[in-house]
Amino acid sequence: MHRLTHLERLEAESIHIMREVVAETTRPVMLYSVGKDSAVMLHLARKAFHPAPPPFPLLHVDTTWKFRAMYDMREKAARDAGMELLVWHNPEAKERAINPFDHGALHTDIWKTQGLKQALDHYGFDAAFGGARRDEEKSRAKERIFSFRNANHGWDPKNQRPELWNIYNTRKAPRKHNGGESIRVFPLSNWTELDIWQYIMAEGIDIVPLYLAAERPTVERDGLLLMVDDERFPLADGEKPVMRKIRFRTLGCYPLTGAVESEAGTLSEVVQEMLLTSTSERQGRAIDKDEGGAGMEKKKQEGYF
Amino acid sequence: MADQASSKASYKADTLIAEDIDAYLEQHQNKGLLRFITCGSVDDGKSTLIGRLLYDSKMIFEDQLASLEADSKKVGTQGENLDFALLVDGLAAEREQGITIDVAYRFFSTAKRKFIVADTPGHEQYTRNMVTGASTADLAVILIDARKGVLTQTRRHSYLAHLLGIRHIVLAVNKMDLVGYGQQAFDDIVADYRTFAEEIGIEDFTAIPISGFKGDNITTAPSPNTRWYQGPGLVDHLESVELSNTSARQQPFRMPVQWVNRPNLDFRGFSGLIASGVVRPGDAIRVVPSGKTSIIKSIETFDGALDEAVAGQSVTLTLEDEIDCSRGDVIGSADDPPETSDQFEATLVWMGDEALKPGRGYWLKLGTQTVTATVQEPKYEINVNTMDRLAVKTLELNAIGVAEVHTERPITFEPYEESRALGGFILIDKITNATVGAGMLHFSLRRAQNVHWQPTMVTRTDHAALKNQKPLLLWFTGLSGSGKSTIANEVEKRLNRMNRHTFLLDGDNVRHGLNKDLGFTEADRIENIRRIGEVAKLMTDAGLIVLTAFISPFRAERQMVRKMMSNGEFIEIFVDTPLEVAEERDVKGLYKKARSGELKNFTGIDSPYEEPENAEIRVNTVEMTPEEAADHVIAQILPLK
Repeated sequence: MHRLTHLERLEAESIHIMREVVAETTRPVMLYSVGKDSAVMLHLARKAFHPAPPPFPLLHVDTTWKFRAMYDMREKAARDAGMELLVWHNPEAKERAINPFDHGALHTDIWKTQGLKQALDHYGFDAAFGGARRDEEKSRAKERIFSFRNANHGWDPKNQRPELWNIYNTRKAPRKHNGGESIRVFPLSNWTELDIWQYIMAEGIDIVPLYLAAERPTVERDGLLLMVDDERFPLADGEKPVMRKIRFRTLGCYPLTGAVESEAGTLSEVVQEMLLTSTSERQGRAIDKDEGGAGMEKKKQEGYF
Repeated sequence: MADQASSKASYKADTLIAEDIDAYLEQHQNKGLLRFITCGSVDDGKSTLIGRLLYDSKMIFEDQLASLEADSKKVGTQGENLDFALLVDGLAAEREQGITIDVAYRFFSTAKRKFIVADTPGHEQYTRNMVTGASTADLAVILIDARKGVLTQTRRHSYLAHLLGIRHIVLAVNKMDLVGYGQQAFDDIVADYRTFAEEIGIEDFTAIPISGFKGDNITTAPSPNTRWYQGPGLVDHLESVELSNTSARQQPFRMPVQWVNRPNLDFRGFSGLIASGVVRPGDAIRVVPSGKTSIIKSIETFDGALDEAVAGQSVTLTLEDEIDCSRGDVIGSADDPPETSDQFEATLVWMGDEALKPGRGYWLKLGTQTVTATVQEPKYEINVNTMDRLAVKTLELNAIGVAEVHTERPITFEPYEESRALGGFILIDKITNATVGAGMLHFSLRRAQNVHWQPTMVTRTDHAALKNQKPLLLWFTGLSGSGKSTIANEVEKRLNRMNRHTFLLDGDNVRHGLNKDLGFTEADRIENIRRIGEVAKLMTDAGLIVLTAFISPFRAERQMVRKMMSNGEFIEIFVDTPLEVAEERDVKGLYKKARSGELKNFTGIDSPYEEPENAEIRVNTVEMTPEEAADHVIAQILPLK
């Protein structure tokens, strides 16, 4: 008889989680960041509800500073899945022209953290799927699969509900006029980065080509290798982007996302490099390093996903 | 760093990754998954062991290592050495206090398996966290400090692991380096543990002498320091232990329905995670609790229809017939479906800050079913350190006890021992929405609704029609000596003369046979009545008019029997005789014995009789003779068809 592999067990668990949310919440949404984890999460959602399309929309909290290739993928993925795509731009960030070059950490806070809260409140979503994994970062390792946020979207790590077996308590305080409790749900909690890559390969999931190495225009800033993705990138006088063979291990706002020089042009080569490499995935991101080891935990208490 | 070199056994096949990544991926693709929990206190070196497993399996990257080195110097407790514990103690509060206060999940993999480790705190005040971690684990690693041996906490951890149904126990005797790697120390601890393990029903365990700090016997064994040890290394063992999910497949098929997939009028699928067994198109199934049957038409997935699906897979089933089935129902094999009931005995782990309130309504969630449930006053609490049973009125945070659970409507279940998926439940406070308890069902206290009786071709209606009568259960209740048996006999005589098919079940007679194993404790008296009710039920199914004469002093028991019967078939007849009158008659001399203390728990003397509040028929034996009473009963139950 068929013995389930670890990927099959992970898949079954993620699908079970998504169905629980759809069965027990009133207005779920899937946060879609266009990265590889989002791609896997979306694929699992299609599996969970086949032959129906997933019964919830995709929400992209955009900063207007993502890689162009990500915007292309976003449209295609929603179309292929037959799902509604909602894109949220924080109007305040837009008005004040918040950008990663002039505003540093404020950029992420206003566009993403505040933008996410606005979008969830605006549409009245009571549950939001996110693609975070427990292996990413120390404080994520202790977060529940169903993570409750108060009306201000804050996370209280000391007041988490015990999660036993595969029974999830989805009950929450009712929404009042100004928002009630909501749930962030992480169906990929038990996946590792290697699991994600293997699943992408095994299932032939479409991902943004930036994950594969290619010649791209780059400049160096503060030790990070950045890609010049459009004309908004401020170059110093006389500075010219240099073509390098690079790929990205993680995708975010292009001026904040460091590339690695790489020869890995195929998925299995990417995995090979990942397994032989010696730095962790989030290292290319500035966000975790704030305020020592507790950076992410603090951000989450403030409402970051 | 010198110590670490000895254990750098590489269980991530570096060479294979570098030389043939596709072969490596192929190998990794087909790995199994083992979930385990580590139990131990801070001092046992638990975090250090997990940090070591991650480090040795290279799940720790250089940047993390750099921050580990910095942190080790700053707050570490290992001097100049790496403090692996800092890798896994995630939350800021934990880093400051140097303790682990929550459940954290860690991941590593070897060439053979992927592992998910639930890392939980060991202190008694964190029992709920350990129970949470254990609920999804296949195996438990119980850490013992070789210098200290089997401690109270070892017993607690072992008991909890066993309680949550973990059948693979590893006893990791840690810090062997601090006892000079002595075999005697190890053997003594193992012998000590074995005695205790047998007491609580742990049938088997694997003991391994290790040093998480120095790396001995972590990956492979024996370490040069423990040449005397013949068994496997910890990782060797974790890689090779037989996984329990194979047994889930040998059980009958069950799938709790999570969601009905209905994209259009032509498709109606039932989605769920298969809890046990195997399913194939063409299989006969039964939907519980409705009892409706059908045949599996197809197993639909995104990747096409399947020929077979097994426990652990999330699938969507379609059926040949349009039958009612929705979230909360369980689809089971037609000839062996799960039971339903609304009264259970269960072990509860209390997780709420506010103590259990017996009688209060909580939400009970089991599988995909959510119902209101009340918990009775606990039968006892278990002292998790000594295994003693304590009499209690409630359960406080982290307490474990056994109690009756009543649900407002029947739920589909299986004993936890047989099925975690259909035997484990949580209790939710209706006001705060907090998860306040976890429970493991033992058994049903009665069969609330038998939805999966073997359907018979000749029905109860057919039986009754042939006898030209309406089946009834005439339930005579009253004090000892009130005249129940006499009147019941008179009634049966009259019915017999009227060509009715009857049977009289008498208390004393039943206790000579069917119930001769039962005594007069409260539990036995309830069981006595339950069995009589079941027998009476069978007899009414056969079309008979059944008469019973039992004191049956408690309303709850009579209510229990009433609920077993079809509507209108249970006729409660209160044989109303004042205690003085009954005692004066004292036909069997029992009142005298009870008064003298020779007979305990005698109804009316030192045990209460709860008078019926709404009996269908009441006969007053002071005013009526037995014959008059019998005539009165007959007049009340006419017509008989």
